[in-house]
Amino acid sequence: MFLAFVFSQCVLYPHLYTTEEKSDIISTVEFNHTGELLATGDKGGRVVIFQREQESKNQVHRRGEYNVYSTFQSHEPEFDYLKSLEIEEKINKIRWLPQQNAAYFLLSTNDKTVKLWKVSERDKRPEGYNLKDEEGRLRDPATITTLRVPVLRPMDLMVEATPRRVFANAHTYHINSISVNSDYETYMSADDLRINLWNFEITNQSFNIVDIKPANMEELTEVITAAEFHPHHCNTFVYSSSKGTIRLCDMRASALCDRHTKFFEEPEDPSNRSFFSEIISSISDVKFSHSGRYIMTRDYLTVKVWDLNMENRPIETYQVHDYLRSKLCSLYENDCIFDKFECVWNGSDSVIMTGSYNNFFRMFDRNTKRDVTLEASRENSKPRAILKPRKVCVGGKRRKDEISVDSLDFSKKILHTAWHPSENIIAVAATNNLYIFQDKVN
Amino acid sequence: MLSKGLKRKREEEEEKEPLAVDAWWLDPGHAAVAEAPPAVASSSLFDLSVLKLHHSLQQSEPDLRHLVLVVNTLRRIQASMAPAAALPPVPSPPAAPSVADNLLASSDAALSASMASLLEDLSHIEGLSQAPQPLADEGPPGRSIGGAAPSLGALDLLGPATGCLLDDGLEGLFEDIDTSMYDNELWAPASEGLKPVPEDGPGKEEAPELDEAELDYLMDVLVGTQALERPPGPGR
Repeated sequence: MFLAFVFSQCVLYPHLYTTEEKSDIISTVEFNHTGELLATGDKGGRVVIFQREQESKNQVHRRGEYNVYSTFQSHEPEFDYLKSLEIEEKINKIRWLPQQNAAYFLLSTNDKTVKLWKVSERDKRPEGYNLKDEEGRLRDPATITTLRVPVLRPMDLMVEATPRRVFANAHTYHINSISVNSDYETYMSADDLRINLWNFEITNQSFNIVDIKPANMEELTEVITAAEFHPHHCNTFVYSSSKGTIRLCDMRASALCDRHTKFFEEPEDPSNRSFFSEIISSISDVKFSHSGRYIMTRDYLTVKVWDLNMENRPIETYQVHDYLRSKLCSLYENDCIFDKFECVWNGSDSVIMTGSYNNFFRMFDRNTKRDVTLEASRENSKPRAILKPRKVCVGGKRRKDEISVDSLDFSKKILHTAWHPSENIIAVAATNNLYIFQDKVN
Repeated sequence: MLSKGLKRKREEEEEKEPLAVDAWWLDPGHAAVAEAPPAVASSSLFDLSVLKLHHSLQQSEPDLRHLVLVVNTLRRIQASMAPAAALPPVPSPPAAPSVADNLLASSDAALSASMASLLEDLSHIEGLSQAPQPLADEGPPGRSIGGAAPSLGALDLLGPATGCLLDDGLEGLFEDIDTSMYDNELWAPASEGLKPVPEDGPGKEEAPELDEAELDYLMDVLVGTQALERPPGPGR
């Protein structure tokens, strides 16, 4: 076993808020750049930020649990009066900005609007005003006989989140991705047909850098599914499509990046061809490696790693749940085939992780080529117990601990996961539960 | 934890029987195809896809990715069901190549009926025309290359608009209007007002066509609504 993960925490979302069912589904999970903070967004438009507690010498076994640091309502449901329809408040993505001062900044987006939030601490407050009394009421100036200098006194720590920018009215279609540029001055937002470039300081205009909307909508055959900036080259970004292709674009080439610099596509395997070939090739997530040398894509059945220098095929392909290949028609019928799974790299780009059904998630070690299936469930989670690898039985005799394909619960899907930037700590969102697993200390 | 049943989300409109054998939908040339004749099997899959398309289009704001994938799957199924029918290649500019048109090329009256009724439904959707986009140098990747393709005629009526219209004041609203919008022959004749929806009306073989009076009517509607999106462009 190349990695042994132990159960650390499980946060049940209904405990934080009301019992409104819709609001409790986690829709995005993201560590910040140091891993100190973990942000989640949910279908109710709320953001919850967890902070890792400092490890104390007294409690060696408590290896830095994540506690709730701040919660706030990021997006509210809106009504578009022109089209007479409601805009969902569900948070599609959260992306952190690198920390530059004492405050934390993050971007959160729903289908239409991106917001920049500032999360800051306040642990002191001024006391001893001259013109106000302790309750804040104005004092009669005639009664003031002496002057004093207000002093800062400690108070209980208060974490407040304030919206600093609202980037609205630039997306006709549903925003699926946001990505902060390495220049830390700009970011991009991508919807089904367009990608816009923003400056953090300017909210009333954006640059359109990709537009794949055909002149006649009737000719539409492909949409943008995900987009991300290169981690180091601020002029480079990639976007993926519903046809299983990835385009790498260089913003120095032209203002409108409809002409790609590189085009990544794997030829279709004729032996696997079916009516559903295109649907299962649709890429649901694309992520640059931390090194910037590779990109990883997730389609319905596989995770692929591409070398930026080789466009005609991926360098690695990992089967996530190939046993579903014979079930595609049923999965088409119940719409599961359209589920959008995300994928993540570990800090050293040696292990990749993605989710599956039945609250399973999978990890692949790129060096040893070993893989493991783990499960995020309360029943299996004893504190500090090592997660037991799971196995799906595809046919024939089912072993004692195996699960048959027909017993899988397709309503329990793990779409969102996150990996700490430098340590082996993972966050797994299972519908309305957030699981945090850490690796076993020797 | 073990033995959780397979949970399915059944769509309300579906009355399909459970699919016992999952292999019959494969291409006829595939070795693993089941005994059921492919034509019959594909018809069920086609019906399912049409239902999905209908359901998707009935949403106030359809999921574009879902819509595109379902339509593309429909194309594949249709192509396999009627391989002999010579589907007319899409010329440029396309001359009213609606979904109904291409499906009419096949001999199945039921198909055309269901698609025609779909388009009738779409005419209810309050679509606001999209100002024409500046064409990219090599064309958007989504453009189909030659060949016949049932088109997403519906999507034009779903022309989106948001609240970003008034950035430049009223003058900006009319800046992008040009005649190419009115040349779009895809507009259904009665996009305004309600029309009773014919449920699987038999023998509906005509594709929606525009005449001069209807075109003028549409122009009045366009100018009158003042609800046109001005997309953000470079430098704005």
